[in-house]
Amino acid sequence: MPILEIEHLQKSYGETHILHDINISIEEGDFLVLVGPSGCGKSTLLNCIAGLEPISGGDVSIAGRNVTGVSPKDRDIAMVFQSYALYPTMTVAKNITFGMKVRGVDKATQDAKLAEVSRQLQIEQLLHRKPGQLSGGQRQRVAMGRALVRDPALFLFDEPLSNLDAKLRVSMRTEIKKLHQDLNASIVYVTHDQIEAMTLATKIVVMKGGVIQQIGTPAEIYNRPANMFVADFMGSPAMNLIPARVRVDAGTTRIEIERKDEAPLVITDPVARDLPAEIVLGVRPEDIHEATEGAHLPGNAQRADRDVLIDIVEPAGADTFAVTQLGGKPVTARLRAESPVQARRPFPLAFDLSKVSYFSPKDGQRLN
Amino acid sequence: MTSNTMLRWGLYAVLIVFAAFYLMPLFVMLTTSLKSLEEIRTGGLLSLPREITFAAWSEAWSTACAGTQCEGLRPFFWNSVLMAVPAVAISTVVGALNGYVFAQWQFRGANLFFAGILFGCFIPFQVVLLPMAQTLGFLGLAGSIPGLIFVHVIYGIGFTTLFFRNYYVTIPQELVRAAKVDGAGFFRIFFAVFLPLSLPIITVSVIWQFTQIWNDFLFGVSFAGPGSQPVTVALNNIVNSTTGVKAYNVDMAAAIIAALPTLFVYVVAGKYFIRGLTAGSVKG
Amino acid sequence: MEWLERNVPKLVLAPSFVAILIFVYGFIAWTAWISLTKSRLMPKYELDGFGQYGRLFAAPRWDVAMNNLFIFGGLFIVISMAIGLLLAIFLDQRIRAEGVLRTIYLYPMALSLIVTGTAWKWILNPGLGIQETVRGWGFESFAFDWLIRPEMAIYTVVLAAVWQASGFVMALFLAGLRSVDTEIIRAAQVDGIPNHRIYSAIIIPTMAPIFLSAFIVLAHLAIKAFDLVIALTNGGPGYATDLPATYMYAMAFSRGDLGQAASSAMVMMGVIFAIVVPYLYSELRPRRDK
Repeated sequence: MPILEIEHLQKSYGETHILHDINISIEEGDFLVLVGPSGCGKSTLLNCIAGLEPISGGDVSIAGRNVTGVSPKDRDIAMVFQSYALYPTMTVAKNITFGMKVRGVDKATQDAKLAEVSRQLQIEQLLHRKPGQLSGGQRQRVAMGRALVRDPALFLFDEPLSNLDAKLRVSMRTEIKKLHQDLNASIVYVTHDQIEAMTLATKIVVMKGGVIQQIGTPAEIYNRPANMFVADFMGSPAMNLIPARVRVDAGTTRIEIERKDEAPLVITDPVARDLPAEIVLGVRPEDIHEATEGAHLPGNAQRADRDVLIDIVEPAGADTFAVTQLGGKPVTARLRAESPVQARRPFPLAFDLSKVSYFSPKDGQRLN
Repeated sequence: MTSNTMLRWGLYAVLIVFAAFYLMPLFVMLTTSLKSLEEIRTGGLLSLPREITFAAWSEAWSTACAGTQCEGLRPFFWNSVLMAVPAVAISTVVGALNGYVFAQWQFRGANLFFAGILFGCFIPFQVVLLPMAQTLGFLGLAGSIPGLIFVHVIYGIGFTTLFFRNYYVTIPQELVRAAKVDGAGFFRIFFAVFLPLSLPIITVSVIWQFTQIWNDFLFGVSFAGPGSQPVTVALNNIVNSTTGVKAYNVDMAAAIIAALPTLFVYVVAGKYFIRGLTAGSVKG
Repeated sequence: MEWLERNVPKLVLAPSFVAILIFVYGFIAWTAWISLTKSRLMPKYELDGFGQYGRLFAAPRWDVAMNNLFIFGGLFIVISMAIGLLLAIFLDQRIRAEGVLRTIYLYPMALSLIVTGTAWKWILNPGLGIQETVRGWGFESFAFDWLIRPEMAIYTVVLAAVWQASGFVMALFLAGLRSVDTEIIRAAQVDGIPNHRIYSAIIIPTMAPIFLSAFIVLAHLAIKAFDLVIALTNGGPGYATDLPATYMYAMAFSRGDLGQAASSAMVMMGVIFAIVVPYLYSELRPRRDK
């Protein structure tokens, strides 16, 4: 039985459609991340799951029960908000127990739950403070505590880390992941940060303009993006999307990439592939390798027929990024730190064709 | 440096001259009220009283004639209290709930209604004077204190709603959402989450409404009966009473008595008073 | 139950909605209707066209009242704004005892206009007031008898009204001056721009909305001004200081001419409409994004 099932969900304000035909299903213990640029409808979708916004069509079921039209308090959910939404005049303890108090849970149970959760989140020493006296990270913990005491069928997180500084965000991310594993909780989590999505999720939904672009595991999303939008959005640095022409003859596939003021770059794949003449080649920076004499090339890495002129070299500690211009687009390669690559010099590169994606330049859909 | 010092002196001189301008009427009122009529006729307007007497104050409070009634300001002062306290309380409560809805429970058409309320704050009351007189008569409230309370509540909720709405709109909507998920309903959220946050704006609303209602003259003079006139109307009647000798010291004492409650509020809670004034004119 | 829960917000607003609908808009409609009838002492409901407005604009007393409104309103607004701005800028110069001065400038706003009128009536009365005092100092020919001179009396209303409201304008402007981004001012100081230029070129232009607010509030006060005239001059001498508000009141309650009262009230509302509606429209337009 899916813990959350969304079928044909529609949401519109008057004539403007915010969400189009959303279908999602997750199992107990899944960590579902809704990711997309701002305005893609991910937060609206979360609010629809919570029942905080009415939906215009379709059904939402939580733990096998159709909750369409049911008010938030009766959906067996708990929610953590972006601004944490702590009640400013209540102490931390009261913030955490408020929901139980409203639902008429007896005092002993309230206290036991509070003690358990505050130990779990290490906020015992904060219980008598007001939210105004807490740091951002502490508020975040209290907000999670408020959700945890509920022990719901489904947790909802609305960009919970976006108000924290970079360092704290990384450590809270780890804690959320740990919490998920320890509790085997089912979670729906909204973020615009694709790294957060990749690190936390067991399942990712990429959205744009109120439409689901792709649903899959982090690996599927990363390695086999369904379209150019997903390819571009997930991963940092982003996947290189290079316009190219394809010629298939004699059992080989020749990929030709236009260059400014130079002959086209040709990469030859020793198998015949069923591709149209015009494509967009999607290749991750780490799948472009240095092809100097004697360099070890993995798998199906194919040398380009000529060296390319490197524009910029960006050493980043563990890696060195080299940027060149191919097909009218800047293309980034992630090379090893000690690479001899130099700016404004030609450099030999190889492309791992076993890992590339091919997209149609017309509709941006994946071809392979 | 020297020209700079000169400039500073000039600055202070201007500021002090204006301070004198603003203080002068209060000074004149106070000194006049403490003089005997005899001294008023012979001495200058700005001179300090040679001999301080509180006779004018007691006359103004308990025996001065307003029209034909010679009981001083006292009964009218209490009329104003009996009128202002409930009117302030009711309009503030209604304004708080209205503001809460407008800020946090938006529904279709709410904005239009809010605009309608806002506009109601600006109408000249002359335009409702005639029908209100008829309506009060129809409701049996004509010439009574409950009638005045009614009028002040009706035309006060525009401002109180505006105050609370502008205050509550700064509170993130996620707070309501969190409380909804926690299972709280409309009133529970209001009393547990919003009301404890509202002390500053309640103060603003109470002070504003109190000042408006206490100082009102138009509604008082139009709708009050002889037994229910507020202090402002009585003051005007005392000043314009034609019986006997013109007792300027009594007039001034009466004026100060009528002004004391709002002046007191201004002195103890000036900060909130200013906030009310500016909130009434600038959007939040 | 579910229905009740969903509609609580609307139910809470409902009494106010009904009240505003009847007692503001319904009443305006009633007054508008009466202004189109031949009502005198008692309201009549048969429509009679714009006869009342014709009578109104033909009445010399109304003419005086409208004239006074423009003189009084214009001077009151301009002088209050000028004094308010001056005081605000001066107070903004790191003045010692700023708090005390601010309190002194603003306290008149807490007074009833009846009190203000009573006080100024006493101060300005030629027999024992300012005029007599200055003469007592040896300036025998000093004359300040505006209160009893029909062509000058309206200016005493301006004086008292400015006294009452200019401190409030000061408070508005001071708040505005203080809310200007200090980084911009620092940048200008670093650029070596002199202080008066910083005010005229940077700070005051960014305060445009506050000027507008102050204007609206003052204009609104001017059109509604009623208490002050009643207490200070009672419309006199004769009806030299009548304003539309006092005219309307006289028609409604002492002359028993409901038609004239209603039509003059409608004209007052028209004037306020013309000023306030564009303002409210511009204030309400930028909505919250969420």
